Amino acid sequence: MITYLQNNYPEVLSDLVEHLWLALIPVVVGAALSLPLGYLAVRVPSLYQPVVNVGAVLYSIPSLALFLMIPVIIGVGYLSPLNVLIGLSLYTLALLARTVADALISVQGETTQAARALGYRPLRQLFGVELPMAAPVIFAGLRVATVANISLVSVGALVGSGGLGNLFTGGFQLGFVEPIIIGIVLSMLLAGLCDVGLVLLQRRLTPWTRVGGRA
Amino acid sequence: MITFDQVTKTFPGGNVAVDNLSLELPTGQITVFVGPSGCGKTTSLRMINRTIEPTSGTISIDGEDVSTQDAALLRRKIGYVIQHAGLFPHRTVADNIATVPLLNGVNKKQAREEAVQLLARVGLDESMAGRYPTQLSGGQQQRVGVARALAADPPVMLMDEPFSAVDPIVRDGLQKEFLRLQAELGKTIAFVTHDIDEAIKLGDTVAIFRVGGHLAQVGSPQELLDSPADEFVADFVGRDRGFRGLSFVTADKLEVEPVRAYVDRAGGARLVLDDGGRPQGWRFEEAGSPQPLAGTFTVDDNLRLVTDLAISSPAGAAVRVDHDGVADGIVAHEAIARHLTAMRRESER
Repeated sequence: MITYLQNNYPEVLSDLVEHLWLALIPVVVGAALSLPLGYLAVRVPSLYQPVVNVGAVLYSIPSLALFLMIPVIIGVGYLSPLNVLIGLSLYTLALLARTVADALISVQGETTQAARALGYRPLRQLFGVELPMAAPVIFAGLRVATVANISLVSVGALVGSGGLGNLFTGGFQLGFVEPIIIGIVLSMLLAGLCDVGLVLLQRRLTPWTRVGGRA
Repeated sequence: MITFDQVTKTFPGGNVAVDNLSLELPTGQITVFVGPSGCGKTTSLRMINRTIEPTSGTISIDGEDVSTQDAALLRRKIGYVIQHAGLFPHRTVADNIATVPLLNGVNKKQAREEAVQLLARVGLDESMAGRYPTQLSGGQQQRVGVARALAADPPVMLMDEPFSAVDPIVRDGLQKEFLRLQAELGKTIAFVTHDIDEAIKLGDTVAIFRVGGHLAQVGSPQELLDSPADEFVADFVGRDRGFRGLSFVTADKLEVEPVRAYVDRAGGARLVLDDGGRPQGWRFEEAGSPQPLAGTFTVDDNLRLVTDLAISSPAGAAVRVDHDGVADGIVAHEAIARHLTAMRRESER
């Protein structure tokens, strides 16, 4: 195992780095798109069900099938990393759009009513009151999406961009178990670290959720 | 002054919440909207700051139609307090209070400093400034809610059952402080409650609503108690509320006049005593036979009984006896009236 790492250190590292950006860029893109979509689903009630349903259908498409469908639809090469990036962005969007919508719905009540009555305009109220209040729920969705993406990236190895997944395909072809184990461990480690990172970020951004009840 | 002019609100589905309401809320006074649930009191309140738009009619503040003003800017000039305070959980107490000044573009440092000063005004310690709402009790949250409404010094305040969710003792304290604050600030306040006692305690004017969004009666608390317009109002304020209330007041603090010196000022009657000093009746003329007493009371009895005795007594005065039945004091109508006045002063403090 150690010997394998010593001999293949540069490849493993580049796989790891590739894995990281293949997983995280879609999280960022998906999250950025899910905010307006989720907000729209709340503001236009007739859009809520379609958003939820399309998301559910999208999420049920097997990842490999999705990675192979995308080049057909948008016309890039089968081996382009864009396929994986777009596919995972869609998964993230499917998961988070609903989370954002539900989180925004859940914070409606006396507080948002008070915000409006105090003179907030809708957009400022969204960013100043509703999103911060919804943040804990949105973060929970973000953590699920991030961990899911990190595990899904390896499937991309079958279409040429798989990060640590390359270690699985390589090890399988060559009959080596070491790269496979290293790939699994690193992938899990990466997922764990990203999750911890998100938890720390959330604690930083939502200090009010950590204060105890009243003294 | 806030003026409702023939305001009607019909909700989708045809439910008429407010029906042709015309009402004036005088400047610098507290006007309480009170009534059973479904009477349109909250809807009426919310139409003032346009969080609900009327179906027809106009509402104006100092002659300016609110519907012609930018809703958000209008609302920043109107303080707003609700039942559970509705504080922002993600902001500290100081930032909650500073909400409207910050919306108006006041710089953060100044807005926070002013917020901290407001804490003292609503009876909270400055050390609370950095806490989050979940760290406060319900009563403290409500005080912060009031401070938030006052932060931009709006001339008008809307209060929607602000004290309903706290326990009776805390509520009593909040009500008293609210009256003290209002005496200093003189805001034009519209106050919604379902509690007639609160309405009578706080209102300069009380508007009683009935189900269907009709105004049943408007007047001072005294007017409503003294002359309810109809059965509904009489029922709502409760029949002989004031008189019944006297049964909870003991008679021990009533001032009495000495028995032997007492002369009925209107009819000239004197109290007749037997040899043991026990009261026998009232005598109006030297030679005439005494008229019977209506009864006597002791220091342990309540004010309702004393008042009843004084009213039914032929001499217009109730006779107090000690535990041996010996007359030891006389209470005339005027003394009762003076006592009631003193009690009112006491409760207002």
